[in-house]
Amino acid sequence: MAKAHVTTTVNGDAVEFLCDAEQTLLDVLRDELYLTGSKEGCASGDCGACSVIADGRLVCACLMLGVEAEGLAIETIEGMADGDQLHPLQTKFLEHAALQCGVCTPGFLVAAKSLLERNPDPTEIEVRYWLAGNLCRCTGYDKIVRAVLDTAEEMRGG
Amino acid sequence: MRYEAPESVEGAVALLAGGGPRGRVLAGGTDLLVQLRAGMVAPELVVDIKRIAETRKIREADGKLVIGAAVSGAELGEHAVAKALWPGVVESTELIGSTQIQGRASLAGNLCNASPAADTVPALVAAAATCKIAGPNGVRRIPVEDVCTGPGQLSLGDGEFVVAFEFPKRPPRSADAYLRFIPRTEMDIAVVGAGVNLAFDDGGRCVAARVALGAVAPTVILVEEAGQALVGTTCDAAALQEMAAAASAACRPIDDKRGTVEYRTKVAGVLATRAAGIAAQRAKESR
Repeated sequence: MAKAHVTTTVNGDAVEFLCDAEQTLLDVLRDELYLTGSKEGCASGDCGACSVIADGRLVCACLMLGVEAEGLAIETIEGMADGDQLHPLQTKFLEHAALQCGVCTPGFLVAAKSLLERNPDPTEIEVRYWLAGNLCRCTGYDKIVRAVLDTAEEMRGG
Repeated sequence: MRYEAPESVEGAVALLAGGGPRGRVLAGGTDLLVQLRAGMVAPELVVDIKRIAETRKIREADGKLVIGAAVSGAELGEHAVAKALWPGVVESTELIGSTQIQGRASLAGNLCNASPAADTVPALVAAAATCKIAGPNGVRRIPVEDVCTGPGQLSLGDGEFVVAFEFPKRPPRSADAYLRFIPRTEMDIAVVGAGVNLAFDDGGRCVAARVALGAVAPTVILVEEAGQALVGTTCDAAALQEMAAAASAACRPIDDKRGTVEYRTKVAGVLATRAAGIAAQRAKESR
């Protein structure tokens, strides 16, 4: 079977790639585009380590085919910092030590960014529910939740 | 595996009808991609229906709501009109999975995955929603409860797929609700699910009631006796008790790690009672 030719946008850049129909968006990001920030944890949509934003919606890149990215705007963890300037969430994750091994961190950051874009003033409960699809086996979540709430406050100018 | 993303209903039907039994429909993909990965399915052809405009739209005309097959849970949850008309259907959709899953998962996918525990299906059945199905012989419409025939089994023929869900006009003083029981607060599969849709006259008497249960039989079941137990009453405690007994009596569940036969049977009545309470309260507040 001939590979499919896909034209899409990744982190604002026009991108073209060839892929097999079976390849997930996560496979394509990591193996074809060498954007290895998105991680494969479970490959079944349970852990959120591959969280990306597709046309404004938070999704698991492992649950989307690469060919489905045709014409969509994809945002990944690689697009989060502005050059050397970290996104406020990234800075707060460091300040709060909201990571240990770091495998879940790109997914948490992308998911948290998507939350704060919709809801700049979330409650702790809203943060916990929004991030329920991101699993972390190291931190116990409290530091992550505090980092997100602190970022929200800072971004609101508090 | 071949991937196609037709832009018309006819195009999708032609592909699916020509693809033989090994063609699969892709909407949100939150079940299909997991099954592909696990090797549970090995389709020769995947037909992505999301480029068909009709599958992505939510429309309301003359009080009748139509939800496209591939509308995501997140899109439905943000739709104020859908939420106002069918709060039970919307809450059943929003219960599914994480934020990431909500970004993709669809009503048609939840229905056609044909799990007895699908959350949206009891709510859709209670709502008396109809499936608009396209196929080689044109379009036909069937009640949602006629789509699944058993776990993983559908009544759809070769080349057929669900295009949209059509809802009846919402009468005054009516509302729906959906509740499911899981042993945690989210990210789990229903032990029991209950969808209830009630309508009242201006004297507060119930004039129509539909009660549907999930995860207590091979398919979601519409329990007509449970609905009948409420019609003509004010949904007082005695009527609710009779309804709960009818709901439990209709259960034919299995024992599994999520719950025993006895437990599911009991919980079905309890959940249906609570969902009816919520639906009645919403109906009272509606106008």
